[in-house]
Amino acid sequence: MAETAHETHGEDPHRRDFIHIAAMATGAVGVAATAWPFIDQMNPSADTLALASIEQDISKVTPGQQLVVLWRGKPVFVRHRTPAEIAAAVKDDHADMRDPATDASRTKPGKQEWLILIGVCTHLGCVPSFGTGDYGGWFCPCHGSVYDTSGRIRKGPAPKNLELPDYEFTGPTKVKIG
Amino acid sequence: MSGHSTYEPKTAFERWLDVRLPILRMAHDTAIDFPTPKNLNYWYTFGGILAVCLVIQIVSGLVLAMHYVANSALAFNSVEHIMRDVNHGWMIRYIHANGASMFFLAVYVHIARGLYYGSYKAPREILWLLGCVIYLLMMATAFMGYVLPWGQMSYYGAVVITNLFSAFDRLIPGVGTAITTWLWGGFAVDNATLNRFFSLHYLLPFMIAGVVGLHIWALHVPGNNNPTGVDVKSKEDTVPFHPYYTVKDGFAILVFLLLFSWFVFFAPEALGHADNQVPANPLVTPIHIVPEWYFLPFYAILRAVPDKLVGVLLMFSAIAMLFLLPWLDTSKVRSMRYRPMARWFFLIFIAATLGLGWCGGKLPDDVVIAVGRDAASGDPTGFTVVMLSRVLAAYYFAYFLLILPLLGLFEKTLAIPETISTPVLPKGGASMPSGATASPEKKG
Amino acid sequence: MTKLSMGFQAAFSRVRVGLLATLAAALLGAAVQPASAKTTAREAEGVSFSFDGPFGVFDQAELQRGYKVYAEVCSACHSMKLLSYRDLAQPGGPFYDPKHPNLPPAQSPYAKAIAAQYKVADIDHDTGDAIERPATPADHFRSPFPNEYAARAANGGALPPDLSVIARAREGGPAYIYKLLLGYEDAPKGMTVPDGKYYNPYMPGDMGSFWSGPKDKVPEGGFISMAKQLTPDRVQFDDKTPSTAENEAHAVATFLAWAADPHMVERKQTGLAVMLFLLVFTGLTYLSYRQIWRNVSH
Repeated sequence: MAETAHETHGEDPHRRDFIHIAAMATGAVGVAATAWPFIDQMNPSADTLALASIEQDISKVTPGQQLVVLWRGKPVFVRHRTPAEIAAAVKDDHADMRDPATDASRTKPGKQEWLILIGVCTHLGCVPSFGTGDYGGWFCPCHGSVYDTSGRIRKGPAPKNLELPDYEFTGPTKVKIG
Repeated sequence: MSGHSTYEPKTAFERWLDVRLPILRMAHDTAIDFPTPKNLNYWYTFGGILAVCLVIQIVSGLVLAMHYVANSALAFNSVEHIMRDVNHGWMIRYIHANGASMFFLAVYVHIARGLYYGSYKAPREILWLLGCVIYLLMMATAFMGYVLPWGQMSYYGAVVITNLFSAFDRLIPGVGTAITTWLWGGFAVDNATLNRFFSLHYLLPFMIAGVVGLHIWALHVPGNNNPTGVDVKSKEDTVPFHPYYTVKDGFAILVFLLLFSWFVFFAPEALGHADNQVPANPLVTPIHIVPEWYFLPFYAILRAVPDKLVGVLLMFSAIAMLFLLPWLDTSKVRSMRYRPMARWFFLIFIAATLGLGWCGGKLPDDVVIAVGRDAASGDPTGFTVVMLSRVLAAYYFAYFLLILPLLGLFEKTLAIPETISTPVLPKGGASMPSGATASPEKKG
Repeated sequence: MTKLSMGFQAAFSRVRVGLLATLAAALLGAAVQPASAKTTAREAEGVSFSFDGPFGVFDQAELQRGYKVYAEVCSACHSMKLLSYRDLAQPGGPFYDPKHPNLPPAQSPYAKAIAAQYKVADIDHDTGDAIERPATPADHFRSPFPNEYAARAANGGALPPDLSVIARAREGGPAYIYKLLLGYEDAPKGMTVPDGKYYNPYMPGDMGSFWSGPKDKVPEGGFISMAKQLTPDRVQFDDKTPSTAENEAHAVATFLAWAADPHMVERKQTGLAVMLFLLVFTGLTYLSYRQIWRNVSH
């Protein structure tokens, strides 16, 4: 504050400072309240959020087939597994793997033939393809990660299993993802 | 007043930094301990207000640019996307659009202050010229910014103003058309024009910020002028900028923000034009093309004469008058507080400029004072808007080219106080100015 | 010098008063007479809406009625491309459900139900053919015509304007829309009405070349290509509001005002908070200013 010849004498310094502190504190609140909208505007806008959740009709996906759906800008594998694929997955439920998980924990009860995964390799983000690879599941060509028929990482550099999105069955052949 | 620095680094870090890059010293000398005349009134707060306006425009503009698409097929819809879907987009857009109007409101008050108190006179001519450059850059920025939403007014405003350059075909055949084609990037205002306007609209504010830096530097060499026009003679005439003027500017900025907020939240479209909510259509021209309000006086001058080239030259000359002002005004007295005759001419100048603004918003053939009716068409005839524009434009130019030069030679001025502090010292202190009617405290 | 200054002061006072008075009278007092070829329209006066003023809000029931009028009457010719079905369920919108305030609008059952009534163009991912599928809340409102040329062809060359921002794109806004929709009048004697057009005094236009009566009595208004649409009982309202033409017009004007400015209520509420905050902050800063300057003679 003023330290020159304009300094007043005989004033209670606490009283003199309070109004300045009050004004500056109000200012700080104002700045914070103003800053928030400018930060929040970078969050997803309403039209992006509208596509955060999609409903997919899966009646046409026959056993052994895989549907790839674009969801939140990423590919989602909707796979209708054959009994052989399910058996292979269940057999390895307690095998030694980097990211242990049972096959049942990766599907919905009563819908074990439907495996819905985010098709993005957990290593560095490439899209794996089905059919090649030692465990009958997915293989990522970028650095050689191998996933089994439950999407679990079995070989290669990827640290985690293929991710599961939030989904639920809204009907016998309709699934809502996200 | 540039004296030597009073900054004393207090911590080890401050000493270390001061030796390498004395930026804290610069901040201290510029904005904290800077000796400022103690008699600055509220007209002097608009510089600070303008700095805040520039920051508001840059921040809001930067953020809008994250969502806006500068393509003629998508621009209008991208603005609507901002208004509807982007979080708080409507608020940021309205801040930016109304912020431009507030920016010009503040700059016009700031210029008027300079005109009245003689802030452009020696030794502050460069300060004034830098201010004129900032004003030009502001006008260019605002013009290009208004084109970006790609509404009807955006499009036709661009068409009219870029077409002005084709007037130069009269001077050198072909050069005007070459210029407009180059500006457009095509044969008409179209996507190429929009894209380059977006790029330049993004760039210019940073150039404005640079010139503002020079402007403040040029101010700090001689120091602030003040309402008496009398130079600072001693420390007694000044107070340190902080806290005296930080708090006064802060208060003025808040009052300004109150007005700004009222527009943004309660009348956000009041300063705009309904036609700009219609997507641009090259095949249909709006009935009434008007620029934004802050360009209206120049628009009136442009339309005052029927000849296109003369109108263009007149409009540019009107702005050029500002650049010439320090050398046109011959008065030895700085502040119009002590120039009673000049004061009236100044007031009329303000009224004339406001009148020109009003004219700019009307159709040229509209009748201001009806005298009769045309027998054939039944339309009223009389003193038209164009005629009024000519009268007011004549005064505008006369003010700079005749009145101010002559006034300085022939006017009777009031006695000027000896120092800034003199007017507030009790009677019997330093010698008082003669003239019972002249009370320096009273504002013009 | 003193006497001279006083004399000049007095003289200039009189001159200045006279000058400014004349200027004021010329500019402010006298009404500007329009020149020839001037567009005229009757003023849309005496209309009030629930959302008028700094504290006005949209009446949700009226928004729903207005949407019904749009859906059943206007959407046959007028697109509303900037709105999506999910917008109807956003806070402040016609089908916002206050019982589920955190439900994303795109997941609103109302938005889904309304969207599902319409088919939008899409591509079959298996065959690549152009198909139509039921709309989802994320889709924009379906346009009645695939492009401008089809719209013109179906409407005698006139293009029905998109209504997304019409309440902002016309002088007078919602009040103008209300008056226009109800304001159709029989063409007065002496007026030639072109084929396919209708006289409406609220529609801006220049009647000069269509008027054969006295030159100083040219009727105000213009020609509009849209016939009168809102007649009594044209739309049945679910909340049993009488289906008068006035109610229909008022409801659709309200809905169009919302469509042009869906964040209006949020804007006004934020504005109130901001102004109150600034008033307090300004007051505190003023006190701080007075305190700092107390002992400086200035």
